Amino acid sequence: MYIIVVGAGKVGWNLARELLEKEHEVTVIENDRRRYLTVEQELEHNVSYGDASELWVLERAGIQRADMVIAVTGDDEDNMLICQVAREKYQVERIIARVNNPRNRAHFDLLGIKPSVSATDLILRLLEHEVPEYGLVHLLDLQEEQLEIIEILLGKDSGITGRRVGDLQMPDGSLLISILRNGKGFVPGPDTVLEVGDEVLAVLDPGREDDLKELFGPGGNGAG
Amino acid sequence: MLREGHEVSCLDEDPEAHARLEVNLDRSWEDSGGQFTVGTGLEEEALTSAGIERAGAFIASTDGDNTNIVIAQIAKRKFNVPTVIARILDPLRAEWYERQGLHTVCPTRVAIDMLEGAVREGARRDGGGPDGSAEAA
Repeated sequence: MYIIVVGAGKVGWNLARELLEKEHEVTVIENDRRRYLTVEQELEHNVSYGDASELWVLERAGIQRADMVIAVTGDDEDNMLICQVAREKYQVERIIARVNNPRNRAHFDLLGIKPSVSATDLILRLLEHEVPEYGLVHLLDLQEEQLEIIEILLGKDSGITGRRVGDLQMPDGSLLISILRNGKGFVPGPDTVLEVGDEVLAVLDPGREDDLKELFGPGGNGAG
Repeated sequence: MLREGHEVSCLDEDPEAHARLEVNLDRSWEDSGGQFTVGTGLEEEALTSAGIERAGAFIASTDGDNTNIVIAQIAKRKFNVPTVIARILDPLRAEWYERQGLHTVCPTRVAIDMLEGAVREGARRDGGGPDGSAEAA
């Protein structure tokens, strides 16, 4: 695959290195002269100097035949527009953009720049996973498909421990798919009884988190 | 545009920019009917408090092409402002975005045209070179 990586910062440089190891053809574009010279000592002809916001710089890097463009500069506007131009002007099929400021994520979505990756969001997800007080953890968000998978830890104060799964009234648009107990996962049947410490996995339509939190939380009685 | 009787609202991240608006005004910018908001065009709250929701026209003319292109698209797609104009210095991209339906003004293009015109005008008046041509510096 021919991949253009824009931005030779820590992310771009390491990404390029990994992609080259996987035997992809890679061009990194960097617009800071000093950074370019540093990176060029290792990546040699795989790095190109210039401002990838400018069309001729992208064309010089061979964007017409690129299979993928990954924009990971430290500037969100640059990342957005490089991806927009790559897809809409040069018909590059796959794009990935880095979001530096999570508050700009809505703008990426507005311009149809997907997928976009935000380190802050990733860390928040990890934090949610590591800090059980958050209660509900997003395991997977499929934005296009309008589905998400979440995990809820049943605490001592959960109102539904000791109840049969078959008696739970799951909210519309949600489905209990698995239970992790003592490090092992299994698919529950109607007679499975929920215990304190169970991690419950559910698939649901976006926006249903609060209904589930309520059901599995202290106030929920879960009974039909 | 204020003098023509339009209602004008300026958004700038630099609070000091306000002073520049009052140069050559008899009264303060606000007393003259203007509005000034501190913030950037990427912050939706700033755009809203600057009154974008009832704007008839939106001009993105910061000193950054990329910022202008992004916020012009926000004004158009998110806030449905009827007339949106983006200042783009880079002639190649100005041309492409114009073709995509974004109204653009390219000061570089305008300057090139004016300079070319001035050279031709000068050559005509001064007689130019031996063959009537002029050299651009």
